[in-house]
Amino acid sequence: MDGGTNSSAVSVAHAAPNPEAAISARGISRSFGEVRALANVDLDVARGTVLGLLGPNGAGKTTLVRILTTLLRPDSGTAQVAGLRIPGQEAKLRERIGLAGQFAAVDENLTGLENLTMVGRLYGSSRGAASARGRELLEQFGLVDAARRPVKTYSGGMRRRLDLAAALVAKPPVLFLDEPTTGLDPRSRLDLWDVIETLVSEGTTVLLTTQYLDEADRLADQIAVIDRGQVIAEGTSDELKDRVGGERLEVHLEDPAQAEAAVRALAPMCSDEPTCSDGLVRIGVAHRTGAIIEAVRRLDEADVGVDDIALRRPTLDDVFLALTGHAAEAEAQP
Amino acid sequence: MRRLLSDTLVVTERNLIRLPRAPELLLAFTFQPIMFVLLFRYVFGGAIRVPGISYAEFLLPGIVVQNIAFGGFVTALGLNEDMQKGLIDRFRSLPMSRAAVLAGRTSADLFTNAVAMAILVLTGLVIGFSFQTDVVHVVIGVVLALLFGYAFSWVFAFLGLLVKTPEAANSVGFIAVFPLTFISSAFVPGQTLPTPLRQFADVNPFTIVVNELRWLWTGQPSPDQLWQAFAWVAFILLVFAPLAVQRYRRTAGT
Ligand SMILES: Nc1ncnc2c1ncn2[C@@H]1O[C@H](COP(=O)(O)OP(=O)(O)OP(=O)(O)O)[C@@H](O)[C@H]1O
Ligand SMILES: [Mg+2]
Repeated sequence: MDGGTNSSAVSVAHAAPNPEAAISARGISRSFGEVRALANVDLDVARGTVLGLLGPNGAGKTTLVRILTTLLRPDSGTAQVAGLRIPGQEAKLRERIGLAGQFAAVDENLTGLENLTMVGRLYGSSRGAASARGRELLEQFGLVDAARRPVKTYSGGMRRRLDLAAALVAKPPVLFLDEPTTGLDPRSRLDLWDVIETLVSEGTTVLLTTQYLDEADRLADQIAVIDRGQVIAEGTSDELKDRVGGERLEVHLEDPAQAEAAVRALAPMCSDEPTCSDGLVRIGVAHRTGAIIEAVRRLDEADVGVDDIALRRPTLDDVFLALTGHAAEAEAQP
Repeated sequence: MRRLLSDTLVVTERNLIRLPRAPELLLAFTFQPIMFVLLFRYVFGGAIRVPGISYAEFLLPGIVVQNIAFGGFVTALGLNEDMQKGLIDRFRSLPMSRAAVLAGRTSADLFTNAVAMAILVLTGLVIGFSFQTDVVHVVIGVVLALLFGYAFSWVFAFLGLLVKTPEAANSVGFIAVFPLTFISSAFVPGQTLPTPLRQFADVNPFTIVVNELRWLWTGQPSPDQLWQAFAWVAFILLVFAPLAVQRYRRTAGT
């Protein structure tokens, strides 16, 4: 499930989607004229888990979401969502998914309650049932006070919440959220994260796209990094961090002149090329446990004075930069 | 089929609820027609001579048809806005009848057109218009006008989906429909037009529908083209409804 998606995708382009997964895509491609928005994307999201789809602007996140929510037809490839096939069973599939798109899709001139009631009725509920469900959701999203105001009087964050509420009207088992917290203040972001976590704990499967690494870190069981229409890495947040070389050990020396001695002393425990600058030596270490103690012992034996020593986990930012950087190089090769 | 009807009803209701909350649209279909009637009646009315009938009586059917054809504007603007705001995507992700979005939009026009027509006729009655025929003819006239307006709602639905912005929808609609309404017998007798324009006016569906409505409401002799008027309605519907539906599918990007 890790790396090498580019090469393996070609060989499994005609493989069938995994029926066990809540969302499973195989060989999904889509172009807009010259722009190859998606190229052979494979993806699996297990039931009741969150997949974070991480990628820069124009990576193809929205295009993938639109394909998996039946808004857009793929040029090639197949998918299975909530047990239903794309292409083929789109109409039935729409009953089982909820979508909150990248831009809030709510009617400005209707009130919050009217919006949710309309959506409920379009799912086939009676007016009464739809309105009751609407009220329930407004409560859940802290919009009760604004329920009877036209949406054009809402703030951006309120709109987003209403949009998410609309996606939840039919209690769909599979939920697609395209950059759900973009434009929210920190407080609303945290609230929304709570809502999503609650849904997942109740068994909902979520595919969410984001540009925020902390969001993927916090919510996603699995992360897929997508760049220029290709999934370039997949795994848990920890696995991805390990892939950029595990832990980084940072040693601040008392005397910058001792850098060479320090590097020599630490060489046996390095997992990659050490870097040093200005009395700061950075090395990658394969294992976290005991790394600091071992480093201190080795430096002490070599008579190298140490000001400060720390283990730093790579952040998803490191991962992201490393991976998207690699992708650009890999593409230049045949 | 039941789904189509119930979904259409939901979408129609949505379009009607939001109308009073968009004051500029509300003005467009209440005060604007009144203003038009008054302007034509009192500014041009003195200069235009129509044999055998007062100008108020001549004018009203024309202005009703023009106004009702433009009623579909709300559809062009509404659909365009829905597209920009992502509402069409929301609808398309729901398990609702596909046709209901357009059907609900155009059905809402049917309602607003009826209201606008009532306002126009009342204004007309105040400035000297009166029905000269029996109830059956008047009702057939009302039905003809509403159907004509409904057909044009589909024209506007197509235009609204075709262009990128509401402003573009506005100007394309205006450029496409305005000349049609003026190069016709809606405001002046067709005979007074220069020859090339008259030839156009003679085959213009507006002329045909206006002449028939005039006959149905005031008994003014017409070239007996009632069937042609309804045929035009059917023709416009048959051409533009599928075009709009196809366009609706395409805008989805599929
Ligand atoms: N309807 C369209 N017509 C033409 N090109 C499109 C269309 N939709 C997407 N694209 C192109 O496809 C590529 C992927 O776009 P997409 O919207 O999926 O990216 P994204 O990852 O969602 O980006 P962002 O983070 O900015 O939302 C981009 O190059 C975009 O310009
Ligand atoms: Mg996007």
